[in-house]
Parts: sequence; C-alpha cells; structure tokens
Amino acid sequence: MKSAYSELEAQRIRAAMWFLLPMIAALMLVAAYPLLRSIYFSFTDTSLSNLYGGQWVGFENYFSWKTLPSGRTIFKGTLVDPAWWNAVWNTIRFAVVSVFFETVFGLMVALVLNANFYGRGIVRAAILIPWAIPTIVSAKLWAWMLNDQFGIINDILLNLGIISQKIAWTANPDTSMFAVLIVDIWKTTPFMALLCLAGLQMVPRDMYEAAKIDGINPIKVFFKVTLPLIRPALMVAIIFRTLDALRIFDLVYVLTPNSSSTKTMSVISRENLIEFDKFAYGSAQSTLLFLMIALFVILYIWLGKLNLSGDKQ
Amino acid sequence: MNAFAMSILKTVGLYLLVAIIIVVSVFPFYYAIITSLKTGTALFEVDYWITSFNFQNYWDVLQSGEFPRNILNSIFISAVTVALSLLLAVTASFALARVRFRGRALLLMTILAVSMFPQIAVLAGLFELIRYIGLYNTPWALILSYTIFTLPFTVWVLTTFMRDLPIEIEEAAIVDGATPWQIISKVFMPLMWPALVTTGLLAFIGAWNEFLFALTFTVSNSERTVPVAIGLLSGASAYETPWGIIMAASVIVTIPLIILVLIFQRKIVAGLTAGGVKG
Repeated sequence: MKSAYSELEAQRIRAAMWFLLPMIAALMLVAAYPLLRSIYFSFTDTSLSNLYGGQWVGFENYFSWKTLPSGRTIFKGTLVDPAWWNAVWNTIRFAVVSVFFETVFGLMVALVLNANFYGRGIVRAAILIPWAIPTIVSAKLWAWMLNDQFGIINDILLNLGIISQKIAWTANPDTSMFAVLIVDIWKTTPFMALLCLAGLQMVPRDMYEAAKIDGINPIKVFFKVTLPLIRPALMVAIIFRTLDALRIFDLVYVLTPNSSSTKTMSVISRENLIEFDKFAYGSAQSTLLFLMIALFVILYIWLGKLNLSGDKQ
Repeated sequence: MNAFAMSILKTVGLYLLVAIIIVVSVFPFYYAIITSLKTGTALFEVDYWITSFNFQNYWDVLQSGEFPRNILNSIFISAVTVALSLLLAVTASFALARVRFRGRALLLMTILAVSMFPQIAVLAGLFELIRYIGLYNTPWALILSYTIFTLPFTVWVLTTFMRDLPIEIEEAAIVDGATPWQIISKVFMPLMWPALVTTGLLAFIGAWNEFLFALTFTVSNSERTVPVAIGLLSGASAYETPWGIIMAASVIVTIPLIILVLIFQRKIVAGLTAGGVKG
C-alpha cells in the first residue's frame, strides 16, 4: 500500500518536472540569457555595428584611469560620468516623490471607497480609467493639457490667478520633472488605491464600531488600528510601485524628450545602447540599474522582516 | 444640533472628495475626446465643453499612414503573447501549486524576481538574440520579448489561484487513476476559466501598452505597435504637432481598453490583488 502511494507520488513529481520544463526553458531564453549577455557586454568594447567582435576590456566601461606623460590622471567610465549621476539622481528623486504621493493619495481614495455612500460603484469605475489608459496615451494627453500655448492647465491657472504668465511645463527644466510626476501620480494612484482598498476590506467592521463606541478620534483610529492592520498589504504595494518607478522609461521618453532634468537611468542607458552607438557603455549602465534594483529588493525584504518582528513584541 | 451639523458637514465633505476624485480621474480623457472632435484653428482655443462635432481627425488617422496596420500589429502581438504565456503557465502553475517537490519555494521566488526585472537590463542581450535569430523588425521579436513579463505574471497569479482550490476535487480523480495531464485538462481547466480570463486580460493590457521593446526592436512604420506609433506621431515640421490626430488615435486605442476594464472590473481588482497583496 505504502509503496503504491509513493509510486503515485513519484509519478506526480515526474509529471510536474515535465510541466515546468517549457516554462523554465522559456524564461532561460528570454530572461536569464539576455541578462547574462548584457552583463558580459558591459565588460567588452562591443558596438552596435560590430555586435560579435567585442573584445574584453575589464572594468573600462565602469571606471578606469590613465596617467598622462604630463602627470595628469584622467578618469573614465560611467562611474565618473556626471550625466550618469544626474540620471541616477533624477530616478531616485522621481521614485521617492511619486511613490510617496501615490501611497498617500491611494490611501485617501481607498478610505473614501471604503465608506458607505451613494454612487460608490461610479467612483470605483471612474478611478479605473487612468489606470486603463496606456502610458504613452496618458503622456500625450497630458503633454497636450500642459502645452505652453494652448494647454488647458495654463488656462485654468491663469483664470484662477495662480500664475501670471503661461508656463512651458514640459520644456522648462525647472518644471519638467514636476510634469512627469503629475502624470505618473495621476496614472498610478488608482493601482495603489485598489491594493489599499483590498487591505482595508480585510479589516473587520466591528473594530471600527468598537472604536466609535469608545469615542476615539477617527484620526487616531486610522493611525492606531487601520494602518497597522493594512501594513502588510501596503508594504507589498509600495515595493511593487518603487520597482516600477526605478525602471521608468516610456513616460519620460515621450513627455519630456531629451531633457536632462528628467532623464532617468533607463532612458540614458537606452540612449547610449541604441542611439549613440555606445553599446557596451549602455550595457554597463543597465547593469548598474539592475544591481541597484536587486540591492533595493534585498534591503527592503530585510528591513521589512526586521520591522515586522519588532511589532510583535 | 451640533452633532447634526457635524454629520451634515461630514457628508458634504465626503461628496466633495468624491466629486474631486471623479473629475480628476475622468477629465483628461474627456478633454482628449473634445480635442479629437475639433479641427483647424478651433484646436487652439481652450474649451471646457464639446463645441464641435467633426470626425475629420478620425478619418485622417484611419485613412492615411500605417495606423490601421499598427492596430492589427498590436492585436496580433498581444493575443499571441497571451496565448503562449497561458499555455506555458497552466501546466507550470499546476506543478507549482499542487505538487510538492524540492526547490519549489526557490523557483517561485525566482519567477517573482523575473517579473520585477528592469526591462532595460535585458535590452542589450535581447537585441543580440533577436538579431541573431533574424527576428529583428518582425512581430515575433516582440512576442518573444514580451514573454519576459507576461509569463512570470501569469504563472504567479494562476499559482495563487490553484493553491486555493480544495484538495478534494483532485482526490476523486487520483483514485480513479487519472494521469496528471488528465487532472489538469478535465478537473482544473473547467474551474479555471474565470482566472484565465482575468489573467489573460491583464497580460494582454501589459503587452498592448509596452513601449521600450517595441521602440527598440522594430524600425519601420508598418511593423510598429500602437504605443510607438502614437509616441512618434509628428507633423510636417517639428513645430507642428498634429494634436487633433494624436488625440483621435489615442481615443481609438483607449476606448476598447476602458470598456474591457469596466466590464471585468471586479475580476481585474481580484487579479491585481492576487498578484500583489497575497505575494
């Protein structure tokens, strides 16, 4: 009897291996291999016109130095490239600000949706619209609304007397990052709101009733009861959003083309890879972005666990 | 009286917030529709309501250039990508959800990690691969590369779905001597239709909206997908952006998505939370 059972189990495991094989093979082909090749390219002098003739150059694309006969030392590589560090800084700034506001607004919208009121279904449907619109379309939509000459945003702000002259939102280096942030927050807050709402709906109703009977201030209830309870859901939502924000490409590329004040790590890597024929240099930059994201994930999971165990005490 | 006033104030506040949320969510798309119905100099006057009802821009975008072709490209690429991903994901998620084997947790973590990959990190390697097998500037280049995000996503969501099904539904089939393949096709598939539709739809939207790979792996106008076509739409000169036509194209490709999303509202929310929260 026992051996028949384990025979069955072994048969199941064998079948499972065959079921997994195509998926694993596909991921090897489209994820593992290209990733390793990209990392390899970053240590060579491969160029777009000579994809297969690259020579190994070590860390030259990252960092290298040469001492000239005159005694001056020249540093080379992406790690001493101010344009790269500008992109790193842009990306971090974008990720921190956008995720912060998306979380705050997402929570607010979720709290509204969690309340009982007439027409809740309409609001739920309405907030799905920004999420359903393709990113490129929202970039174009907002580029038109933020247009300096004919845009409706300038028109509204002028009529309200908030600004005294028209602003070139996407072209002006001082406001272009702000424009990118507005569009991203508009587009992604619904996603955050839905994830927060799913967390909120797991909080038992009688908990609010009890707090109400005890006469506790609703703001205090939110921070002492609701927030701790939905924190696991919120943490997952934040990590997904941050990872998305760190690799942002399409919105920046279409809304503010060639603006050094919004250029992110993904944008600058692709520019070097494809447009500037610095294939290996771009690979080095994309590898650095990969490392940064990997580091962030490890750190986040580690810190998240630490905090969770701290709460239980 | 005071408490009554407070409750009125609260209700008014709530509805004010609701109104703001609705206007902010809907207005940009509404404004795109208004703009797409205007031509000539009317385009450059700011209007808050529909003032003209001219379908010239829609006619232009569907008549001239490659836009209809771009739409067909997008439909073909997204549909094939989703079909292939679901095919691979159904069997894989059965193995991951219902069979105990060593290394299962590690494999699941790896799949989740792949779905978090920055696309740019594989761009150089994929570019070489696509050039090497001769897929550059064809729809298959995009079908191949989109698998990197649709496959992990579908596997992950279907695995969480299958894991929640009770063991009893399988036991009867095992006792009857059904093979694992029969269990998948006869027992699980009929139960999985709702999950397959939702996951498929979300993966479809992901493939439909993708920009970076589509921009890099296609060069000719006729091979482009919709997002790249819209992103690169430009007028006769750099100073003449054809806003009316861009807005018409945007409305054309967005309306089907909005309708689909509204129809499958509840299921999509469930799918998103399965992909996110339960992870």
